[in-house]
Amino acid sequence: MSKMGVTASQTVGPFLSIAMRSEGQEYLVPRNSKNAIKIQGIVYDGEGTPVPDAVIEIWQANINGKYDHPEDTSDNELIEGFSGFGRSCTNNEGQFFFVTQKPGRVNGRGNSLQAPHLAVNILARGMLKQQVTRIYFSDEVQSNAEDPVLNQIDDELERKTLIANFNPNSGLIDEYEFHICLQGENETIFFDV
Amino acid sequence: MTELESYSRESKKDHPPAFYKDYKSTTLRHPKNRAIKIDHTVTEVTGPLFSSVKLESSEGDLSIENGKEAQGQRIFVSGRVLDEGGRPVPNTLIEIWQCNAAGRYLHPNDQHPAPLDPNFVGRGRMISNEKGEYKFTTIKPGAYPWGNHFNAWRPAHIHFSLFGPAFVTRLVTQMYFPDDPLFAFDPIFNSIPSESARKRMISEFDLDTTEPDFALSFKFDFVLRGRQATPFENGA
Repeated sequence: MSKMGVTASQTVGPFLSIAMRSEGQEYLVPRNSKNAIKIQGIVYDGEGTPVPDAVIEIWQANINGKYDHPEDTSDNELIEGFSGFGRSCTNNEGQFFFVTQKPGRVNGRGNSLQAPHLAVNILARGMLKQQVTRIYFSDEVQSNAEDPVLNQIDDELERKTLIANFNPNSGLIDEYEFHICLQGENETIFFDV
Repeated sequence: MTELESYSRESKKDHPPAFYKDYKSTTLRHPKNRAIKIDHTVTEVTGPLFSSVKLESSEGDLSIENGKEAQGQRIFVSGRVLDEGGRPVPNTLIEIWQCNAAGRYLHPNDQHPAPLDPNFVGRGRMISNEKGEYKFTTIKPGAYPWGNHFNAWRPAHIHFSLFGPAFVTRLVTQMYFPDDPLFAFDPIFNSIPSESARKRMISEFDLDTTEPDFALSFKFDFVLRGRQATPFENGA
């Protein structure tokens, strides 16, 4: 069968917030809900300057390890009201955040099990196409060691760019820090999906 | 054990590179390391479906704000969302944003000395129907200058954001208008290596779907990534 040509990607440009910023979209769960966590960070360019015109989107399973999507055929249970999608436009300091729950483990290929992770899209002025990465968690040492995607990366420093660090000084809810470096010494690992 | 189907891989000819010298802002915003290729898992073949999002029909009409009409040429922009196999992509969220007829965005960082229109915001949303169809009513956006190089002007365009059925079908693009004299000079448009892929970003004027004495009409179909033939095993 002959295929139709796909529509090409173009940058979101500097005025993405007109359509992409809306109240509450960083909250996948209410801040005061059981098991709520906060993930926050800064997007940096190749000179270490914060990027104020980026949007970060996340897609994740719920705490039971279930995606709200018909192609997740696992027996894990859906949670009413948890869609698994969040969006955060960076502020003038390049900061973004999400309040969510830590996803459970989902199946990998074959018999493998993936560590808890979020799929991440990064879009910005100066980016002609989204970059894709994943957020893993520093307090999931055992499952991270078993994760087939993390295990594709040998370099310890490169692996670390994918891991959100638990903040021991967290307040009422557990906080994790995850910075995104588009370029440079601490460049985030991006995936070709 | 269940089987899931991967999506096709993207061609480098159909999409822009992360670094395109003529678009200066890419210089510090592209990774220098090679992206790591990963197999699709349940994470990549699922994605947000927005089934609980309730939209107002007015969100598909950008030409009226608070009951008052925006300035400029009223147009329809309509078409279908398809996958590479030509199958419709139904019930998918489409978001758009654009400048007004004078080439000015309603955004504090837009300093172009062209007038704002009190009756135009430039933001719309819609969900494709069961056949993958969508239709927006809006105002034809103007061209506008930008700081990329001396006398740089963007061709008139509307920004589109689409999700499709999976994390990997996400697409953000810009739809252009036929015969724009600025195409040849625009690095964002020209960042796409393939000429046919560049042309696919240009809408078509369509007399049949105009509305006499009311609005002109432009047609534009989106083609999102489709499935690869081979399924993979997922989980025990």
